[in-house]
Amino acid sequence: MSRASAPIRPRLVKRLVPSRSMRIGVRAGAVVCAFILAAIFLLLTGRSVGTIFGAMWDGSFGSPYGQAQTILAAIPLIFTGLAVAIAFRMRLWNIGAEGQFYLGAFGATAVAYAIPTAPAFILLPLMILGGMVGGGAWAFVPGILRARLGVNEIVPSLLLNYVGILLVDYMVHGPWSDPQSFGFPLGKPFSDSATLPTLGDTAVHAGAIVAILAALAISLVLSRTVWGYRVRVIGENARAANYAGFSIARNVVAIMLLSGALAGVGGMVEVSGVVHKIQANISPGFGYTGIIVATLARFSPLAVVPIALLFGALIVAGNELQTVGLPSDIVLMLQAVILLFALAGELFVQYRVQWRPGSSSSAAPAIPSEPERQAAASASPSIEAG
Amino acid sequence: MTPDLVLTIFIAGIAAGTTLVFAAVGEIITERSGVLNLGVEGMMLVGAVTGFLVNNQIGQPWIGAIAGVLAGAAMGLVHAVFVVGFKTNQVVTGLALVIFGNGLSGYLGTSVVGEPPPATFDPIALPLLSSIPVLGRILFNQDALVYAGYILVAGAWWFVFRTRPGLNLRSVGESPETADAVGISVVKTRYLAVMCGGGFAGLGGAYLSLAQAPSWVPNLTAGRGWIAIALVIFATWNPLRAALGGYLFGCVEALSFRLQAVGVDIPVFFVSMLPYLFTIAVLVVISRGNLTRRLAAPAALGNSFAREER
Repeated sequence: MSRASAPIRPRLVKRLVPSRSMRIGVRAGAVVCAFILAAIFLLLTGRSVGTIFGAMWDGSFGSPYGQAQTILAAIPLIFTGLAVAIAFRMRLWNIGAEGQFYLGAFGATAVAYAIPTAPAFILLPLMILGGMVGGGAWAFVPGILRARLGVNEIVPSLLLNYVGILLVDYMVHGPWSDPQSFGFPLGKPFSDSATLPTLGDTAVHAGAIVAILAALAISLVLSRTVWGYRVRVIGENARAANYAGFSIARNVVAIMLLSGALAGVGGMVEVSGVVHKIQANISPGFGYTGIIVATLARFSPLAVVPIALLFGALIVAGNELQTVGLPSDIVLMLQAVILLFALAGELFVQYRVQWRPGSSSSAAPAIPSEPERQAAASASPSIEAG
Repeated sequence: MTPDLVLTIFIAGIAAGTTLVFAAVGEIITERSGVLNLGVEGMMLVGAVTGFLVNNQIGQPWIGAIAGVLAGAAMGLVHAVFVVGFKTNQVVTGLALVIFGNGLSGYLGTSVVGEPPPATFDPIALPLLSSIPVLGRILFNQDALVYAGYILVAGAWWFVFRTRPGLNLRSVGESPETADAVGISVVKTRYLAVMCGGGFAGLGGAYLSLAQAPSWVPNLTAGRGWIAIALVIFATWNPLRAALGGYLFGCVEALSFRLQAVGVDIPVFFVSMLPYLFTIAVLVVISRGNLTRRLAAPAALGNSFAREER
């Protein structure tokens, strides 16, 4: 394109096929860079990086207790991550997983308090159902608004988070408040049959198995069923799906219901497996971290599991920070920075840097081919406003 | 409901609306350039805590407000570097900034939670104007930042619709390729627009922590950034309509916190839900005129621009 006299400067050339190895490298690099940035930040504030990172490691992966805590924190993240991932397969942003998580806990708790003496094999499935209904109902609202009225789902799903948290707040301050909690916003402890069993003699509860089964099931549904195929077609090309006669409106509602139900089960396993009662602040932002998990997993249900483990470890490490006198807010920043670096790195997955001036033999064609465009579109989808 | 109470609600509503107006007008300028900034909530939080901390140190709310603007603009710069420079997905980048702003503001504000500020913005009665019956007390017996909000709204409207740079801004948001072809720098315009929007979001946050409810608690904004984003759609990307909507939302907020005073006995948790539910209801109602709204949205909103890709 330019003459031989042109100065040597970097130029971005679109890759014919997004680089797979670069994609994995970028994610690993994003985590490393985020920790380097955190180290610089801690040094600047005059902290001992070694002590702090040591405490974070010991509290998450470095000790048997930490490992159990990491898995416990990863379980709800798998559910919220799956919720965000499956919605995005239809290019829907469900950023209301936080509220759906709370409503799932709400639904499960309502069941647990209604029939506390029922045997576990009846009560636990009903609590899961309660969680699905609660979370699903919360996601139904943005889903139906999008399907019937064309209201973009982002803002309604997000705003309902605040409403859901306030609803649980009301319940634990009022109708469900435990008279023996001395005014703390706690519900009565669950009966034994409303509590998820633990796996062997670890602290990890059976929700871990439910989470992995859910990831497998969603993956199979998407890749092996007709409905999953329709969902993917609608997500990748709504116009073609429309011509093929797929009902977009009905599937938008269905996928939001499923998404909300998944987040709701996350809330159920958290109250039944970890907290053993309902209380305020049951989530340190599992719904929001789930968005990060799903994005880094490229919305693949199976990839959600390992990435949820990493972010579970980060959340646990954040609690550990408080023991060395640092606010756990640092972990929120760390999560966001990992995501931002991974997003920026995506540029090097889609493009490569060319340093030579002029036309080289490896110059990219001026017009990208159709599969290439689609690959690029699926990597950086755009949303309709309004 | 006594006339006095109604008046109080409107006075508080204008103040509560000012936060939203700042953030919404900023977001309009950002979106007019074709960039979606969902990070408003995070930018407001960082602006709020920065303003509060600076004011705490030196006791000058004006300097605090300016610091809030700069902090918000810095967050805007980060958003621009990612979405314009690295062409990242605008939705996820914005969400990342909300989470980042939440963490950063929580971290920075740890030591000042619940502390009273040494100085705040206090109401100034404007001569003559404040003596207009009723309206004078509602509109012209407010603090200086509320007046700055009035000027800002008019200025933003004039800028967007009546000036050459405003035309350039809109053309970048409608068709970056065309704008690029006639020699407007898409990249520069978008950087400036996103930073400007971030600055206004920061000012909105600082207004909250320095004037409307002078204090700092983690997550002080409580979703106001998202309400501001909804307001932009309500306003069809027009600053004047955003002002109308912002003050209206402010009045709803002011009313809901005084419901108990008018004898409606519902738990405070349900009262706190009202602004969010009202926002969703408004989005539903305005979606009836969906076509005009879709036409009003900048055509390139949410799309990144690369000169050599077509």
